[in-house]
Amino acid sequence: MTTLSAAGTVSGSIDRSLQRHGRDWKGDAFMVALLGALLTALAFLVVLLGTIMSDGLGVYTDRGASFLTSGLSRSVDKAGIWQGIRGSLIITAIVAVVAFPLGIATAVYLEEYATDNRFTRFVSLNIRNLAGVPSVVYGLLGFSLFVKFLGNDLTDGGGLTGGRSVISAGLTMAVLVLPLVIITTTEALRAVPQTLREGAIGIGATRWDTVRTMVLPNASPGILTGIVLTISRAIGETAPLLLVGGVTGFLSSGNQSMFEQLRGGFTALPLIVFRWSKEPKADFREALAPAAIIALLIVTLACNTIAIVLRNRFERRQQRV
Amino acid sequence: MTTMPASTIDARELRGNPRRQRKEEAIRLLFLAAAASSIGISLTIIISLFDNALTFLTNIELSSLWTDGWFPRRGLFDVKTLLVGTLLTTAIAMLIAAPLGLGAALFLSEYASPRVRRIVKPILEILASVPSVVIGFFALTWISPEIVQMINPAANRFNLLAAGVGIGLLSTPLVASVAEDALRAVPNSLREAAYGMGSRTMATTLRVVFPAAISGIVAALILAVSRAIGETMVVAIATGGSGGSLFTTDVFEPGQTLTAAMAALATGSDQVRGAGQAFNSLFFLGLSLFAVTLMLNVVGDTFVRRVRNRY
Repeated sequence: MTTLSAAGTVSGSIDRSLQRHGRDWKGDAFMVALLGALLTALAFLVVLLGTIMSDGLGVYTDRGASFLTSGLSRSVDKAGIWQGIRGSLIITAIVAVVAFPLGIATAVYLEEYATDNRFTRFVSLNIRNLAGVPSVVYGLLGFSLFVKFLGNDLTDGGGLTGGRSVISAGLTMAVLVLPLVIITTTEALRAVPQTLREGAIGIGATRWDTVRTMVLPNASPGILTGIVLTISRAIGETAPLLLVGGVTGFLSSGNQSMFEQLRGGFTALPLIVFRWSKEPKADFREALAPAAIIALLIVTLACNTIAIVLRNRFERRQQRV
Repeated sequence: MTTMPASTIDARELRGNPRRQRKEEAIRLLFLAAAASSIGISLTIIISLFDNALTFLTNIELSSLWTDGWFPRRGLFDVKTLLVGTLLTTAIAMLIAAPLGLGAALFLSEYASPRVRRIVKPILEILASVPSVVIGFFALTWISPEIVQMINPAANRFNLLAAGVGIGLLSTPLVASVAEDALRAVPNSLREAAYGMGSRTMATTLRVVFPAAISGIVAALILAVSRAIGETMVVAIATGGSGGSLFTTDVFEPGQTLTAAMAALATGSDQVRGAGQAFNSLFFLGLSLFAVTLMLNVVGDTFVRRVRNRY
């Protein structure tokens, strides 16, 4: 009898001590603080998108597609972003031609060919450091190398690149995004199961056969994710274009040949945003700049959404393997 | 009876096709050349920065590096104006990015359900992908009037505080993502041990998980500082990009940072560009920026690798 009731008291006191008195206020407050931090960051994003939409959408409803198809102008009613879109597209194309093959080749070397020696370690350390160099410094590199050295620093027709031309801008951007391409490709290659390589080598394939038939096809969604992110970066980056000499004011668009245009002056979508945000006329600042930002955001956010979807697919497939 | 005599296997047959091997070697060299090109890029950066920065330093009076303000076109190259401006914007940015980024990382890694994490992480990545020129515009047109001028109605429309908040916003996703990786790398056994001893989520998070992930968290902060120092467009837009400023420590004034000074020099009038010491000062600033961010990145990278090696 007594033993039973004693056991009852003990278990009762254990029960009581387990059910703490009241709630864990401190713990709750901590969680709310953390959640608050996250929500504040997200709230900024919402406000940013909201204000830009409400300021910029009017231009599209008033002028429709003509805002996208007209060139730079001093007059608010005529100014459009066509030249910026064209410049950004050409720059992206140059990045695609130069940085993607070079970056993927570098990553393949580092992951598939290189042995762990000093040279390899130095190259990968160097690439990680290049990834952290501020973009404005790449602008200086682009100025010295592509504008001055290869282009004789002339706006028109100098040297190989034609000075402050869209070629110089594209090459500068290609150099800037190269570390990003290398790092994302390296990660994609690393995620390819080792057994696939061993299988290929085992049936007599050479290293290159293995890379071509096994590794690259399996890593392609990951590599593609990196490529899409890189495009988004190349379109949004502004500071290096300022240094390479992107035109922020008026840009004539005469009937030049394609080649002359590549060596001529240029502008780009983010440069137009920059220019208009500093314009003394309020209409430029308060309506046209947000409208140009909407165009810029649609492109970069679309790229990033594609990248996220691609990566989710890739990760799911990796789990199945 | 049918066993083959050993002599029918010729040693040459095991060596493989020489043409195939030559091709293989050529491809390897091609990839090697691609990898080596990245070293060429670094060298070009360093050479071009040093070359022009030295030209600048040898052509100006060194006393002009310590005067009352940064007015490159008048030959006043006061470095401390820029350094203080950069320090101020970076400090403000970190005051925003550190609590928001770490808070978000702790919530996502320790409290959020996998479903919430799956939805929220991409949204943070979208914030990270907003071009800096857009954040700069936002800093000038929304943060400056709605936040800064609320705090101090006398504040200049162009001010360092708005620029700093803008950079902080830009660095928050970076802090969150690097810190979250570090927190998630902490093995679950540590959490289970803490819960087994009766600690609650808060104690587990603060006393067990956070200390275990400390190197990754430090790395996140260092990388964010480096990013904040090098950020150009936010400052160039939010502080007006006038290209010159008196020495100031007032965050409600435009001030001038290293990167904003560079952007202003690059967009300046044509007589300044391409010739004269004002233009060469660009490379001197670029070199300083390069040196500082490189140092921070190397330190940050060391911390990141430490996390990776530990678990």
